Amino acid sequence: MSHSLFGPLEDVAGDAGHEAHPPRMGFFTDTSVCIGCKACEVACKEWNLVPEDGLSLTGMSYDNTGALGASTWRHVAFVEQPAGRASRTDLGMPGMGPPEPAPAPDGPGQESESGEGGVRWLMSSDVCKHCTHAACLDVCPTGSLFRTEFGTVVVQSDICNGCGYCVPACPYGVIDIRPGDGRAFKCTLCYDRIGEGLTPACAKACPTESIQYGELDELRERAGRRLGQLEEQGVDGARLYGADPEDGVGGDGAFFLLLDEPEVYGLPPDPVVTTRDLASMWRHVGAAALGLVGVGVASFLGGRR
Amino acid sequence: MVPQATPDSYYGRPILKQPTWKTPDVPLYLFLGGLAGASSVLAEGAALTGRPELERVARVAAGAGAGLGTVALIHDLHRPERFLNMLRVFKPTSPLSVGSWVLAPFGTLSGASAASAVTGWLPRAGRVAGAGAAALGPALATYTGALLANTAVPAWHEAHRELPYVFAGSGATAAGGLACMLVPPAQAGPARRMLAAGALMELAAAERVTHRLGLVSEPYQQGRPGRLMRTARVLTALGGSAALVAGRRSRTVSVVAGAACVAASVMTRFGVFEAGLASARDPRYVVEPQRARLRARHEEAAATMAR
Amino acid sequence: MAECHPVGFQWVMEAKRKGATVIHVDPRFTRTSAVADLHVPLRAGTDIAFLGGLVHYVLDNDLDFREYVVHYTNAAAIVGEEFADTEDLDGLFSGYDEESAQYDPTSWQYENAPQAPAAGMRDPRQPAGPEASEEPAEHEAARSEETGSGGPAVHAKPERDETLQHPRCVFQILKRHFARYTPRLVAEVCGVPEEDFLRVARALTENSGRERTSAFCYAVGWTHHSTGVQTIRTASILQTLLGNMGRPGGGILALRGHASIQGSTDIPTLFNILPGYIPMPHAAQHENLAQFVAEDAGSTGFWGNMDAYTVSLLKAWWGSAATPENDFCFDYLPRLTGHHGTYDTVVNQIEGRSPGYFVIGENPAVGSANGKMQRLGLASLEWLVVRDLTMVETASFWKDGPEIESGELVTEEIGTEVFFLPAASHVEKKGSFTNTQRMLQWRHQAVEPPGDARSDLQFYYELGQRIRERLAGSTDPMDAPLLDLTWDYPTEGPLAEPDADAVLREINGQDASGEPLSSYTQLAADGSSSCGCWIYCGVYADGVNQAARRRPHWEQSLVAPEWGWAWPANRRILYNRASADPDGRPWSERKKYVWWDAEQGRWTGEDVPDFVVDRPPDHVPDEGATGPDALGGRDPFIMQTDGKAWLYVPTGLADGPLPAFYEPVESPVGNAVHGVQRNPALEDVAEPDNPLNPAGSRVFPYVFTSYRLTEHHTAGGMSRTLPYLSELQPEMFCEVSPRLAQEGGLEHGGWATIVTARSAIEARVLVTARMRSLRLGDQWVEQVGLPYHWGANGLVTGDSANDLVGLALDPNVHIQDKVGTCDIRPGRRPRGPALVAFVDDYRRRSGAHPAPEETS
Ligand SMILES: Nc1nc2c(c(=O)[nH]1)N[C@H]1C(S)=C(S)[C@@H](COP(=O)(O)OP(=O)(O)OC[C@H]3O[C@@H](n4cnc5c(=O)[nH]c(N)nc54)[C@H](O)[C@@H]3O)O[C@H]1N2
Ligand SMILES: Nc1nc2c(c(=O)[nH]1)N[C@H]1C(S)=C(S)[C@@H](COP(=O)(O)OP(=O)(O)OC[C@H]3O[C@@H](n4cnc5c(=O)[nH]c(N)nc54)[C@H](O)[C@@H]3O)O[C@H]1N2
Ligand code: SF4
Ligand code: SF4
Ligand code: SF4
Ligand code: SF4
Ligand code: SF4
Ligand SMILES: [Mo]
Repeated sequence: MSHSLFGPLEDVAGDAGHEAHPPRMGFFTDTSVCIGCKACEVACKEWNLVPEDGLSLTGMSYDNTGALGASTWRHVAFVEQPAGRASRTDLGMPGMGPPEPAPAPDGPGQESESGEGGVRWLMSSDVCKHCTHAACLDVCPTGSLFRTEFGTVVVQSDICNGCGYCVPACPYGVIDIRPGDGRAFKCTLCYDRIGEGLTPACAKACPTESIQYGELDELRERAGRRLGQLEEQGVDGARLYGADPEDGVGGDGAFFLLLDEPEVYGLPPDPVVTTRDLASMWRHVGAAALGLVGVGVASFLGGRR
Repeated sequence: MVPQATPDSYYGRPILKQPTWKTPDVPLYLFLGGLAGASSVLAEGAALTGRPELERVARVAAGAGAGLGTVALIHDLHRPERFLNMLRVFKPTSPLSVGSWVLAPFGTLSGASAASAVTGWLPRAGRVAGAGAAALGPALATYTGALLANTAVPAWHEAHRELPYVFAGSGATAAGGLACMLVPPAQAGPARRMLAAGALMELAAAERVTHRLGLVSEPYQQGRPGRLMRTARVLTALGGSAALVAGRRSRTVSVVAGAACVAASVMTRFGVFEAGLASARDPRYVVEPQRARLRARHEEAAATMAR
Repeated sequence: MAECHPVGFQWVMEAKRKGATVIHVDPRFTRTSAVADLHVPLRAGTDIAFLGGLVHYVLDNDLDFREYVVHYTNAAAIVGEEFADTEDLDGLFSGYDEESAQYDPTSWQYENAPQAPAAGMRDPRQPAGPEASEEPAEHEAARSEETGSGGPAVHAKPERDETLQHPRCVFQILKRHFARYTPRLVAEVCGVPEEDFLRVARALTENSGRERTSAFCYAVGWTHHSTGVQTIRTASILQTLLGNMGRPGGGILALRGHASIQGSTDIPTLFNILPGYIPMPHAAQHENLAQFVAEDAGSTGFWGNMDAYTVSLLKAWWGSAATPENDFCFDYLPRLTGHHGTYDTVVNQIEGRSPGYFVIGENPAVGSANGKMQRLGLASLEWLVVRDLTMVETASFWKDGPEIESGELVTEEIGTEVFFLPAASHVEKKGSFTNTQRMLQWRHQAVEPPGDARSDLQFYYELGQRIRERLAGSTDPMDAPLLDLTWDYPTEGPLAEPDADAVLREINGQDASGEPLSSYTQLAADGSSSCGCWIYCGVYADGVNQAARRRPHWEQSLVAPEWGWAWPANRRILYNRASADPDGRPWSERKKYVWWDAEQGRWTGEDVPDFVVDRPPDHVPDEGATGPDALGGRDPFIMQTDGKAWLYVPTGLADGPLPAFYEPVESPVGNAVHGVQRNPALEDVAEPDNPLNPAGSRVFPYVFTSYRLTEHHTAGGMSRTLPYLSELQPEMFCEVSPRLAQEGGLEHGGWATIVTARSAIEARVLVTARMRSLRLGDQWVEQVGLPYHWGANGLVTGDSANDLVGLALDPNVHIQDKVGTCDIRPGRRPRGPALVAFVDDYRRRSGAHPAPEETS
């Protein structure tokens, strides 16, 4: 096993065996400028011929897509929340379920309350993170998932046998099996486009440059500057997510600038690649196997009852 | 009153994807693999110690378990015709890959040895095959622990230290139990002891899983998986002690106790499997432990800074 | 803007990144509000009060850009003594005639300036010719539809008092007129707390002036009202007072609708104008070309050359048949007899006066107000041609319209013969789009159209060919206009499509030798030039399709003049001479754009100067000069007959020289500003199927407004049919505040029925804090938000919001109101005939007029 299983990694493509390779490419999604137009969702589907994913109203604000999946490789989340929420210190009340009806405005307080506009609407376009340590790829038994020369993670649908292992392995809940097809699908970071020097379809369509495509190193710097700028402007709750190579997956190839806690957007707060514990797992499997041998031996050696 | 610090979520939707593994295919495969793996050990011991009845039953159990398990595994694939793609690569990072490479030879060997045991043909080759299967059997019975644990599913991953033992123990109780049912008590001594030892191992490991993992133990306690796990434990305990105490004397007790243990083993697999599904479904099991981890890290960092 | 112009909104986001403050004034909290610095929710239909409040704030605090105002506007002009304001008449201007419900604008004139009709407009009181006599005589008073782009002509330059002290100067009138639009009044009318209002006022005024400019962006939230035109007028007054016009970063940006809807007004699909905003001649007054152009020949500014524009147009259409001897075929042009807006047409259909209908790229059965009237009109036709990409409701109303379900129409009894013709989409043909910035961008064909689909160009060309074939040899003078047309476009490709390039060349125009022209200043009135649309002249300069230029902005100067081509003359900001001070120097270094280069003796700068290029700032025109020659060096608004921006409009508008606030026709409250409730000059559509909810009705206590979603397009033919868009917004819904949900027992995700006197529809409920309850004094106002994209066909179907909307039109442009009142209750609507009974009950209880017939 040549490649490393967790922790920061200088050269992802190299680690996967690409000798000479282009720089690692990725996304910086700056949700502070996302306008929720969903052009990214549609462009992705158009380019990649991803099928329609259900026609039902969810009641989740303007999000009728719901989540990433085999037939949704970009997903724009819509979060309605009371203004000023992000600056609070504790975790506050649960945010489960449809938006809670705010207390009916009553009494004379309303006039002054309406100062700020009582609500904040967060939008964020989610996508496969193209993890430095991609659990989906590591657990794939067929080699269908592979690391490209750009450091991205791609499924080869002609090899995938639908074993489904990648699905629970992904700490972000990205990849899934497409019902009726049986193979796993997710964002390819437009492998076919970037190979030709083109920008991925979603980033190309994004009108506000919320989705920025480029060399990961450069994007991380840019994100740092943007964060500084927002902090200077006193924007509530701005933070980077997935940008840190020291994090549980060694940093994401697609990382984000969020305006609230990750879980508010449906993202795990501290994801860890499952293979971080792989050595321990195999050790315990080994020990348990030995234990079973021991049980066997003992069964035959033990007294005569 | 201090409000409960329930973390936020996105409309209560799961963060993780629900595993697409099918029921009963996968829990059944887990059971069959454990049964087959432990049975191969039992068979080899029986062969070495000259217990032909036990050997025959255990060989058939190993072969049939592996065969049916393979069927279950292939049936679980969403593109079963591409089963052989599993053997395109060998990846230690993928328990499923490792397992495929174990299952393939194990299935061949245990199948051959079972065939030989049933037909009486090529006894020597059957013996050799059986020995080979026994060498692989423990791995087959336990790798499934890593198979589940090497995912982001909280109830599985957090149990990565325990699941191999649960499955080893559960495999042993199943193998022992099946042998108790089918082998005359006189020859079934090792089976009863295996059953009892397996039960001990399983109970100890499962106790940690169901009670010591903090929040992610919850799915093992609640709802259907909770009921399955509890029933399995009771059956295992009862079956184990009954077999040990009265199995030798009474064929009936032996059969009933053996059946209880086999059933318990099945339930354990379904329980573990379904607890995982439940933990993937509820964002709490993802968010809360991760939040706690973050908080601890921040506190630690703060403490370091303060120093 | 983020919702409906997401691509254009990137520039707002860029401005924001550079430090701009973004303010969003909208009843709802939308995707725009989400990224704005400030969202100000207001009661729908009250924008004049809000903007009027801002005008008041500017005037009251002396925050106007005085030097700009004095020199570049008509603030100094003195208005005649006869003029009486809404201040004097409690909500009416002078000249109002109760009986006809319209204004005679004579008393609004400048002092000593003779009453002067607009460009192409005649004495409004003159009878309208014999066949027009059965036309309703109403709303022809100001005939604002006939005024073309520069506004009406005012011949004599008004007397001015540049100290702005004269009590009857426009500036003083303005001060008095807006005096009552205080922050307090704004709060009372709009439901906007004073504090919020003042924040907007401060932000706006602090960001206007010499060093800074502010821009207004609007679309149909402002225009779709019975007072729509006056809303835009209020914004114009404000921007003019603040000196934000003709300057970079300033302006009032109309965010237009459909792709190339701008193009379809430049080269119009409207009844009242010819290409380039040349007014449509009137039947009674314009017997010949000389009469037609006479009005403008004498006036100041570039409309003074209307004869050259008109003759060149006639030459483009009728070529060699157009000669000086036959008045260049001026007689071939159709004539107006009144207004013929889309809703007039529908009334004519219902009343049996209009037997045939072409519907090209439109879906009125869903998209136009009062859906039932639309469909009843369609059902009254003899024939109907629908050309569309998909099977839209307008073509299938006879089998699946709501009236079939309710039993009001029976398929077997509908006599309309429907022809549905598949149309090629924009990627299946080439041509140009003119965007909101007046910029033409050429589009190449990507694929051949499928099956029988053909471009609209091909359809019209073919239709013309066939008609001409049938008429061939006819000597009936009635047929001459068709037979004499230049109708000879080259065709190309496997489908023999007419070449759109050739059409653009014709629009651009050519000189006598057939060479392409490069500027409208080359157009002549003697028939030596031809030009299909004078403002587009130059788009094919040098024989090159200038609209097809795609040089990236980083390879060129600030305004990127080599990306596409903007009319007129590839100018990117209109009236940009105003970006320099009276002496021709930039107002500020930061905001420099176009200025006078004394050394070279010409205007220069980033953009093509919008001025006579060598006219010095101190130029004073000769007495009696006309046309462009009459413009002084300090008259930047060159299309106006006096070269000034008009704070006050002495002629040309049907509902007053200044904006006044009136309540929407359907409103839950009384007019707090003055004694007149609704626009007194409003255009009523008195039809049995157009009952209006009485103002202040308790039966219809809530306000509704309609709008778009980013995910869908207008009447849905282009989005409800596509899986990728349908899945994003799969069902018709309504948005309500938590308070309204509580009050009405509405459940998030459940169903609601929304009722007006016209109809009832059902929608899923989104309860959201993005809808705010507004407090007007001690009264709460609740608003129901309704996207209007759904209909019976497509992948996702639902009820149409337009079935709820009534017709009460702005008298200037005949647009409907997107705001009304309604009731909302939980649950689905009744089906079949029960629906009619349900609505009739509401109608009766509310006293809506006209009441339902008892015999139904
Ligand atoms: N995605 C998408 N884009 C489109 C279209 C589409 O259908 N879908 N249509 C195109 C067309 S044809 C057009 S005309 C443009 C229209 O573009 P917009 O005018 O932006 O479209 P609307 O959503 O109809 O209205 C805009 C806003 O006006 C608000 N509003 C309603 N009543 C009032 C009011 O009284 N005062 C104020 N201040 N605001 C009010 C609504 O809440 C809404 O948010 O969009 C174009 N772009
Ligand atoms: N309640 C309410 N009503 C409204 C509005 C509102 O805000 N509220 N907005 C109003 C506004 S601004 C508008 S613009 C109207 C829009 O209303 P409509 O114009 O009636 O509706 P669209 O769906 O835009 O219709 C355009 C049709 O043209 C077809 N099409 C597209 N390209 C071509 C082509 O190249 N050739 C041909 N022949 N057909 C083509 C499309 O498939 C589509 O069906 O709705 C108005 N109605
Ligand atoms: S986010 Fe999930 S699917 Fe994407 S690379 Fe990481 S582990 Fe794989
Ligand atoms: S489902 Fe396909 S991509 Fe996923 S792990 Fe299995 S073989 Fe690999
Ligand atoms: S990179 Fe390509 S595949 Fe991935 S989300 Fe964007 S458009 Fe889709
Ligand atoms: S295209 Fe850009 S702005 Fe639009 S939803 Fe996607 S990320 Fe947001
Ligand atoms: S649909 Fe076309 S016109 Fe409308 S915003 Fe998108 S790109 Fe612009
Ligand atoms: Mo429009």
